[in-house]
Amino acid sequence: MNTNLQMSSPSVVSFKERSKQIFNQLGMVIILAILIVVMIIVAPNFTDSSNILNVLKQSSITAILAAGMTVVILTGGIDLSVGSTLALSSVISVLLSNAGTPSVIAMLAGAAVGYVAGAINGFLTAVPKLPSFIVTLGSMTYLRGLAYVITGGYPVVLASKQFKFIGAGEILGIPTPIYVMAIVYIIMLIVLKYTMFGRHVYAIGGNEEAAHLTGIKVNRTLIHVYSISGLLAGVSGVVMAGRLFSGQPMVGIGFELDAIAAVVLGGTSFVGGRGRIQATIIGVLIVAVLTNGMTLLNVDYYWQQVVKGIVIVIAVLLDRLRSRT
Amino acid sequence: MAVFQVQEQINCRLPESQLPILRMKAVTKKFSGVKVLQNVNIELYKGEVHALMGENGAGKSTLMKIMAGVYQPDGGTIEYKSQEVHWNNPMEARNKGISVIHQEISLSPNLSIGENIMMGTTFKKNRLGLINWNDIYENAAQVLKSIGSSLDPRADVSTLSVAQQQMVEIARALSLNSEILIMDEPTASLTDKEIEKLFGIIEELRRKGVAIVYISHRMDEIFKISNRFTVLRDGHWVTSGPISDTNPENLVKLMVGRELNELFVRERIESIVRSEQKPVLELKNVSDKKYVKGISLKIYPGEIVGLAGLVGAGRTELVRTIFGLSELSEGQIILDGKPVHIKSPIDAIKLGIAHVPESRKEQGLLPNLSVKENLLMAQLPTYRKFKLLQYKQMNRDADRYIKELGVRTASKEQNVMGLSGGNQQKVVIAKWLSIGPKILLLDEPTRGVDIGAKTEIHKIISKLAEQGLAVLMISSELPEILGVSDRILVIHEGKLRAELSRDEATQEKIMYYATGEVKQ
Repeated sequence: MNTNLQMSSPSVVSFKERSKQIFNQLGMVIILAILIVVMIIVAPNFTDSSNILNVLKQSSITAILAAGMTVVILTGGIDLSVGSTLALSSVISVLLSNAGTPSVIAMLAGAAVGYVAGAINGFLTAVPKLPSFIVTLGSMTYLRGLAYVITGGYPVVLASKQFKFIGAGEILGIPTPIYVMAIVYIIMLIVLKYTMFGRHVYAIGGNEEAAHLTGIKVNRTLIHVYSISGLLAGVSGVVMAGRLFSGQPMVGIGFELDAIAAVVLGGTSFVGGRGRIQATIIGVLIVAVLTNGMTLLNVDYYWQQVVKGIVIVIAVLLDRLRSRT
Repeated sequence: MAVFQVQEQINCRLPESQLPILRMKAVTKKFSGVKVLQNVNIELYKGEVHALMGENGAGKSTLMKIMAGVYQPDGGTIEYKSQEVHWNNPMEARNKGISVIHQEISLSPNLSIGENIMMGTTFKKNRLGLINWNDIYENAAQVLKSIGSSLDPRADVSTLSVAQQQMVEIARALSLNSEILIMDEPTASLTDKEIEKLFGIIEELRRKGVAIVYISHRMDEIFKISNRFTVLRDGHWVTSGPISDTNPENLVKLMVGRELNELFVRERIESIVRSEQKPVLELKNVSDKKYVKGISLKIYPGEIVGLAGLVGAGRTELVRTIFGLSELSEGQIILDGKPVHIKSPIDAIKLGIAHVPESRKEQGLLPNLSVKENLLMAQLPTYRKFKLLQYKQMNRDADRYIKELGVRTASKEQNVMGLSGGNQQKVVIAKWLSIGPKILLLDEPTRGVDIGAKTEIHKIISKLAEQGLAVLMISSELPEILGVSDRILVIHEGKLRAELSRDEATQEKIMYYATGEVKQ
């Protein structure tokens, strides 16, 4: 009993404990900072504003996918279908635009395609309680299959200038995809922290049964979670189409893995219930800075893959060590 | 009669004359700052059955796990065969001859019986360096035979009954040539006949010189087969000695270590005049598909009704039915005079029913979340303004609940898993107060909670009742039932056996009905 009291009294929180907490919160930010400093020293072009905007622009698609992936992983699930969703959404939105649909409507339709694909994933995960890995492995295959079926396997060239703006345009000298990314993260930050839905995501990820017993609508929340991941994949598909001036059925292969890697680097736990969206963007940037730096330094592309892979494993290792304390 | 003969043999052999095979001295263990064992001593001798006794949460399992290398002690020493040892993991202890038969069966259901038995030994290889399966099955069959079992070692464990699986567990422990065998409630799921058989095996092992640690709550078993005992209470060593020097009443007294009046006892309430009040909750002939058989009861506002019975009597299932977690197959639930259909916890919560589940960790807490969020999760809707949560208001309310219920926590932002068991339980209870319930269903509200926090929780429950809440409380601890309840219902095998007023209820009477010995 006395030990209880002692343990809980605030004054006992030691400096060591404090610094550990701070490191836990800032761990990946510190790693990103170190990485940036190293790049500034070894790669002189790194700080050019054009280079920095390029890094951000290139990582924007992964970042948007990773935002949805974070929410899914927070519930203890996984979404392997985002790359295929992206492809299907890019194809459908471009086809609609070319058929004369106003650009804005075509783009919204692309996002809606993603939303529906995600809702189906969510339903299958929540109601018949299928493992999300299997459900999204299936949809990863059939969604891409659909993209091929619709286009006959060929890219569809995009005509609309307005549409191209979302992927290749600039506002005040900053590429549009960066704005999209920023808006997505601001909204997701608010959703996760300041809405009931967001808190329910954490509750379900931590302990689904306890959440159910607390009166949380677990199934409905899960369907929303996968729908959001799908929606964001749809948005990425639209941005991608605008950037490539075409809808391509083969685009986005392996993007789900980049997104998962970013989430993991951000320290979100695969068990669910622990993690933050702002950490995911750090994870995205770590990979982006690393890749960009290595490219500036003319590191062989194949070696880049090796380094990226090792960095991810080390990050997970750090995460494991951290959760043990 | 055979049992008494065994007893005599044991008594004339005085194990104290030899050196103990295992001696634990002043063992201490802490979990997140809470001492669960403090200066505990135990000595085991070859060829004895040593009963380890204590209430739930007394530290028996922890002590056993330290003995078997699952946990490492924070203080104290372990001597095995007169040498100080430090087990780093269960494997080390097992290789040295200490095996455990856990309360929960720990077999791999999709492997064969033979593999399960021989798991942990080195598999014999054939000339190609591959596993020699015939050898495994032959050895397993031999071990099984030695305990009088004729199970086919090639069959899958998943095809076995619980009792048969228990036999496989024992066989596995024996395949390792154990010198110390720890059994944690081995008879919990066995029939009388199987228990007899198990006792035969234990006696056989004892005669071969194995030291057996036997954990059980059943007094008759303890007095039947053990020759010495150790009592733990609230993590402290109380006493050890030959079983012949004691009797069941005395053992209970040592385990409980306090008279009833040392516990919290709720003040009598005279205010409930049944005829003038309407019951807030009424069950008419309620059954689920399996465990609950036609239970009718009424609960009035402001009263605490204790639900007593043995584990497995259907108490938890009854409460789960009321909360919409199990399907109601027959009967009616009436709330404030109106029949209701409760299909899910969401329905129940809407009707003002709150439920504190049996298992805090698995069902009650939202891990990784702060104390604040655990407190307020059930009522998040009320904190929304334009769909956004108002943290200012949430912080204020969280502080209020923490203060009102005396939750000891560093801050409201602290991760709830860092709290002690008692404080976690306060959080789980407080979670429901925020929705302003009419009925509070409590399932073992103080399990695994230290005695001080227990009293505090009892006070909280009592205070809630005074505010007009109707409380239905399941408890397996009779002093708790007697100290807190205004009225006691006893359930046996899914049926309501007795309703006792606070004045007429005694531990003996409750046990009498709970065990189903109704002869009157």
